[in-house]
Amino acid sequence: MSTDRIALAFGGLRERGEKGLIPFVTAGYPDLETTERLVLGMAESGADLIELGVPFSDPLADGPVIQHASQIALTRGTNLARILELVARLRKRTAIPLVLMSYYNPILSYGPETLIAKAAGVGIDGLIIPDLPVEEAGDILALSDTLGVALIPLVAPTSGARRIAFIAERARGFVYCVSLTGVTGSGGRYSDQLTTMLDTVRAHTDLPAAIGFGIAEPGQARNLAPRADALIVGSAFVKRITEAGVNQAVAAAQELVQSLKRALAEK
Amino acid sequence: MFPNENGYYGAYGGRYVPETLMSALEELQAAYRDARADQRFLDQFDDYLRHYVGRPSPLYFAANLTRHAGGARIFLKREDLNHTGAHKINNTLGQGLLARRMGKRRLIAETGAGQHGVATATVAALLGFDCTVFMGAEDIRRQAQNVFRMRLLGTEVVEVEAGSKTLKDAMNEAIRYWVTNVEQTYYLIGSVAGPHPYPQIVRDFQSVIGRETRRQVVEATGRPPDCVVACVGGGSNAMGIYSGFLADRDVRLVGVEAGGLGLDTGRHAATLSKGRPGVLHGSLSYLLQDDDGQVVPVHSISAGLDYPGVGPELSHLKDTGRVLFTTADDADALDAFMLLARTEGILPALESAHAVAVAVRTAGSMPSSSTIVVNLSGRGDKDVETVAREVRQ
Ligand SMILES: Cc1ncc(COP(=O)(O)O)c(C=O)c1O
Repeated sequence: MSTDRIALAFGGLRERGEKGLIPFVTAGYPDLETTERLVLGMAESGADLIELGVPFSDPLADGPVIQHASQIALTRGTNLARILELVARLRKRTAIPLVLMSYYNPILSYGPETLIAKAAGVGIDGLIIPDLPVEEAGDILALSDTLGVALIPLVAPTSGARRIAFIAERARGFVYCVSLTGVTGSGGRYSDQLTTMLDTVRAHTDLPAAIGFGIAEPGQARNLAPRADALIVGSAFVKRITEAGVNQAVAAAQELVQSLKRALAEK
Repeated sequence: MFPNENGYYGAYGGRYVPETLMSALEELQAAYRDARADQRFLDQFDDYLRHYVGRPSPLYFAANLTRHAGGARIFLKREDLNHTGAHKINNTLGQGLLARRMGKRRLIAETGAGQHGVATATVAALLGFDCTVFMGAEDIRRQAQNVFRMRLLGTEVVEVEAGSKTLKDAMNEAIRYWVTNVEQTYYLIGSVAGPHPYPQIVRDFQSVIGRETRRQVVEATGRPPDCVVACVGGGSNAMGIYSGFLADRDVRLVGVEAGGLGLDTGRHAATLSKGRPGVLHGSLSYLLQDDDGQVVPVHSISAGLDYPGVGPELSHLKDTGRVLFTTADDADALDAFMLLARTEGILPALESAHAVAVAVRTAGSMPSSSTIVVNLSGRGDKDVETVAREVRQ
């Protein structure tokens, strides 16, 4: 059922001939109440799907911006239980697809089955686990399929054709295509392999392909738009939120959503 | 026997890394399988161990320490006498040769005490690699001498300010660098931790300690020892010496973790004694974490044991009961450091002093006909300032 919200969102985009925008924010940064307002505000301004980051003490796929946000969120007591409560509140007010991005250990510690069941219950549509490669994901994939949450996999420029095929065939929701070899927020030098990677993904699945990592500027969005079904933008949002401060955070994020969406619409 | 094809030791191990690194791990696994089957590679490794590291390292009967403990005869496996002063060089040489075979140009490593960093920097100089070592700011402060040694050897030392500014954070940063530069870089992990195949590779290169020790102790006493004691940070010196005795069911294997300020203070690094299974740095293993699965800050007087994780094979050996784990706290380690200095004229690394403390404690309750081997994993020159500071207080 919840995979439907993701499919519906991408279906709508395709019908309208639009490219999607997927903002990422760290849940609990600067605090959970602001996260709630951010999600509602970004949805209202035209975001197509939102990724909620679960803070972790050792985020080894993340650059300094998201590391810092995670640390602050943790010191304020953010955890999976509170994030699920937040999502339950959000679901009463928005139908935008919500995807949880979490390192594996908080999930393992919570209990994968309980977590995924509760996530489905409060209205989480998908799950991204950056340190859980397909080889290790068998049980989680079975659970999320049963419980109706999409386990969204990542492919990287280093994956190579054999791995990409293997991953794409097990993908749910959409395929997260990492644009560069690096951590989140590293400065926009896309891999030479990007085109090959996307072609290989498309050859093995009909699911949408979203490109992420290092996208910050409308100019980059404009360049990448023709190749993707959607773009994922994380560090740039977190940075804007930091610069704006709690009171202006929502307005700043909305402004970035609008400028990126405009860039995506330019031909 | 271990690990299985997916890198598991029973329930522990595996590969929990970003997708960007998966191909590199597959490449490493293939290259290692190939190297292990190549007699020329193995001969080359042996040759360096003999002529460059100075192996075999002696097995020394510590008569004065034995008299002091009043029980089992205590032997010290003198890894402290290796070139660069610790067991770490066995592994860095093996992996350095492997990296050269793979055509890599740059080595990166994490380090806590700086011993692994120095051993990596040494091999980089010897074999002609560029080298970058990541080290927590706190460790840079307490192991200043090793930082200077690495720089003298031509290695760039990157100070890591994130988190607790110790080994865990250095490893996070090394992995981030590796994700970014994966194609040109060989990540030389310093312990039996990390994603498959690292725990296996590091154990295999360190297993020379166990092979030598078994032969030497049989030569000296006519039979295997009753007990083998090693300190456990990530677990490489422990797995290295245990691997010679795992099949000897009567040999009691003991692992000593850092008790820090005491197990009930929350300020320790006793992962196997106090942790529960979790995922950090690419493998599933025991982990010191809070109720939410966040990794908790750890403490030990010795930078090399100051780590919240542990190698997956040791987690398995804990669950099966083959290895017994205990702790020595900061004060025990300091006492053992002083004791070994005064009785035998040997300054042990503070890491190794944890093992000495437990060996002395255990020997007293064993008959004088029995034998204990302690893996003296490193020498204490790097710790002289820390010890001086502690003794003054
Ligand atoms: C002398 C010495 N012993 C032990 C250790 C702990 O590592 P491991 O448990 O991998 O042997 C270190 C680590 O820096 C060390 O320098």
